[in-house]
Amino acid sequence: MKLTEKEIEIIEILEKDARIPIETLAKMVSLSVKETEAIMKKLEEMKVIVQYAALVDWRKVDGHEGVTAMIDVKVTPKRGVGFDEVAERIYRFPEVKSVYLMSGAYDLSVVIEGRSMSEVAQFVSEKLSTLDSVISTTTHFILKKYKHDGTVFDQGDQDRRIVMAP
Amino acid sequence: MQRTKKSYLSETVARLKPSGIRRFFDLASSMEGVISLGVGEPDFVTSWNIREACILSLEQGYTSYTANAGLLELRQEIAAYLARKFHIEYDPETEILVTVGASQAIDLALRATVNPGDEVIVVEPSFVAYESLVTLAGGVPVPVETNGDDHFKLRADQIERVITDRTKALIICSPNNPTGTVLHKEELEAIAQIAKKHDLLIISDEIYAELTYDDSYISFAAVDGMRERTILISGFSKGFAMTGWRLGFTAAPAEILQAMLKIHQYAMMCAPTMVQYGAIEALRNGEQDVEYMRKSYRRRRNYFVQSLNEIGLSCHMPGGAFYAFPSIQSTGLTSEQFAEKLLLEEKVAVVPGNVFGASGEGYIRCSYASSMEQLQEAIKRMKRFLDRL
Ligand SMILES: Cc1ncc(COP(=O)(O)O)c(C=O)c1O
Repeated sequence: MKLTEKEIEIIEILEKDARIPIETLAKMVSLSVKETEAIMKKLEEMKVIVQYAALVDWRKVDGHEGVTAMIDVKVTPKRGVGFDEVAERIYRFPEVKSVYLMSGAYDLSVVIEGRSMSEVAQFVSEKLSTLDSVISTTTHFILKKYKHDGTVFDQGDQDRRIVMAP
Repeated sequence: MQRTKKSYLSETVARLKPSGIRRFFDLASSMEGVISLGVGEPDFVTSWNIREACILSLEQGYTSYTANAGLLELRQEIAAYLARKFHIEYDPETEILVTVGASQAIDLALRATVNPGDEVIVVEPSFVAYESLVTLAGGVPVPVETNGDDHFKLRADQIERVITDRTKALIICSPNNPTGTVLHKEELEAIAQIAKKHDLLIISDEIYAELTYDDSYISFAAVDGMRERTILISGFSKGFAMTGWRLGFTAAPAEILQAMLKIHQYAMMCAPTMVQYGAIEALRNGEQDVEYMRKSYRRRRNYFVQSLNEIGLSCHMPGGAFYAFPSIQSTGLTSEQFAEKLLLEEKVAVVPGNVFGASGEGYIRCSYASSMEQLQEAIKRMKRFLDRL
């Protein structure tokens, strides 16, 4: 669909900071609060804005560190539906955070989050690899997240400028 | 016999005013938790690809002098950039010079052209360096005051009123520091008429050209008949977020540029080499980052200027740069009093307008090159301050 410049601008701002006060957002794009609200509502209804999410650094929360794994999955595509059917079977599992169809050495890239390594291992061996179309899986555990969805974790983003300058 | 000790200083330098920003700098630096709207520089860090190019040049051992005028490769990129963005053609071999910041380019332009006693018109409120650099070049700065009620536009008839037999040049700065005012086509053309009529040299400081928000930018050198009498000055500081790199450039007809180069080769030799490699990368692959920053400033401008007006500091919508220049006349305070009280009571640092010349009195300069969080907090504090007055 074709969106206006203002609509796109609102999306860009919200994508970076979904909690920005609507009064502030409205001023940034030079619209009234009412107009801005209407645009947001429309974008939500059209599912352009799908969700307002928080990016959490769980490592900082005791007992919630969790484990993330990226799994390369090779599958046999099915006549008529290709990869879509098996992809859907996989993404319906609540443990699965994302599923991508890939070009290259394997077909699906699956991201799993679990409470522990063994939980992830169990998921892979019992649920994922036993699916009919799955030929093989290769599991990579994430050791540390440096950057996620464009955000750098633990970035010292202090202002390095001196207070007054020409 | 007692003799009075002679001064080692040149009389010109002894008479030079210290920058008015300095006093506030000392005060603000001594305080904790200050929100600074006092800076004239981007809050972005230079894009990684530019930093990376600079690092790579060091790794490869490019650590010697370049040509006096700068790396030819860089001058070619600058020429291509000026042609692409502003539709002006310059010969990279003879008409472009890489300098240590736009600052050095302004200095060179004045020293290469001003004779002792020549008058140079400076449009106020103006960037703090112009007046002093004119004086140091042996010239006489002649201020022309623009008016807040007229969005600080430079009007051609104002120039004509101060022109004398000694008038040599006119320095214009669009988008302007501190007012953010951008001169549009008709305004530029009217000024061009005057320049032609009185045979004036134009020193056009276009350092903020990348940061205009409402219209596409017109370089003064691109105005009909102006190329031959314009020294175009620009650089990487503002648009590319490279203030600390100290890199600028200037473009002018060969005769003038070669005169500037003469001074440059004795005084500076050349701009730093690794920085020039960074600049090549900036011009080749920096467009997207500049666009991103420009968008971001534009949103902050919209927010900040509207908020200033709402809390009672009336402010025109600046078309470029990253300064808001609201009037504080309604408070009855001078700009110095306002800035000092605001700093001491609410820890928000702004620059008093009188620093930029007499016509800046009654205004303050607020840089909105700060994060949205900081800007929102600054507005909150300023509102509290105004409510108390
Ligand atoms: C109008 C104007 N010209 C020139 C400069 C200096 O730029 P540079 O960092 O390239 O020396 C500034 C910096 O504040 C400025 O505001």
